[in-house]
Amino acid sequence: MDPLKQQIRELMVTELMLPMSPEEISDDAIIFSPQGLALDSVDALQLVVALEKKFGLKLPDADSARTILHSIDTIAEAIKSIEAGSSPS
Amino acid sequence: MPRQILITGANGGLGLAIAHAFLSDSIQSEVWLGVHRNREDATQLAASDPERVHLVDLDVTDPKSWTTAVNAIIESAGTLDVLVNNAGHHQDSLLATMSDEAWRGVLDTGLSGVFFGCRAVSRIMMSQHQGRIINISSLSALLAPAGQANYAAAKAGVLGLTQSFSKEVARAGVTVNSICPGYIDTAALADMNPDQRQAAKARIPMRRFGKPEEIAAAVVFLASPGAAYITGSTLKIDGGLF
Repeated sequence: MDPLKQQIRELMVTELMLPMSPEEISDDAIIFSPQGLALDSVDALQLVVALEKKFGLKLPDADSARTILHSIDTIAEAIKSIEAGSSPS
Repeated sequence: MPRQILITGANGGLGLAIAHAFLSDSIQSEVWLGVHRNREDATQLAASDPERVHLVDLDVTDPKSWTTAVNAIIESAGTLDVLVNNAGHHQDSLLATMSDEAWRGVLDTGLSGVFFGCRAVSRIMMSQHQGRIINISSLSALLAPAGQANYAAAKAGVLGLTQSFSKEVARAGVTVNSICPGYIDTAALADMNPDQRQAAKARIPMRRFGKPEEIAAAVVFLASPGAAYITGSTLKIDGGLF
């Protein structure tokens, strides 16, 4: 299991008080789709704040937020690109 | 770690009473007095207890001023736990004769100032997982008298903002509430003549004006651990008037 993705899953469950265990969130589940995790814009703001605090991931505008907050996979990819020293978007 | 409390409009009677109430509530409270043009009384309070009382320049109508003030607090204290949006003024006239300047000025301070303040602290409080915001509205928001279309609109706007914003930050551990004071004996009532004061008191079931400390006590309560489940609420404090 990718430790970064597990950290993101744990962060989401804790920060957003999700009624599920981190392991129940699949890497490609669409975070804001009713068929996925069905989170709303209030969750999105909370997630943006938490990701910035924990990983230094900055989401400067709605477009980049929409792309990056698509799934655990896309969030992990953005964090890895910061760690690699390139722009997340 | 001391609790950091920012109060806007802190040079006025109510702002100072709120500052005093927090200072006496806990030795662990530090207050930041947001001041703009008028600062004499706030400066005096800061000088009396420089360890726990700080002045911060803040024009509530200017988003940049908010950013500077909030950054200064975070840089110095590391946290911002309570925001009391108390700044406001009234400039009464009948709507038919109200100037653009009177409308815009009262809305800028009383409503936009609250918006800018809430926005400036929102991410900080969310990332701290705790924060208390208390917006000082007015009984005029609920029971608007003639001659206060601007003030009543601004203060009613604060109630709507409070309700909406409270839902956005609730799960981050941040509460947002409003207080609607009735007639409170501060400089804001200074332009009433003795007859008007008497007539106003006659309409209040308690037959007296409120004291600034009676509003301040409620502000301290809403910022206390006992009020953790109260959010999006409006508390009117008016001696039974409404």
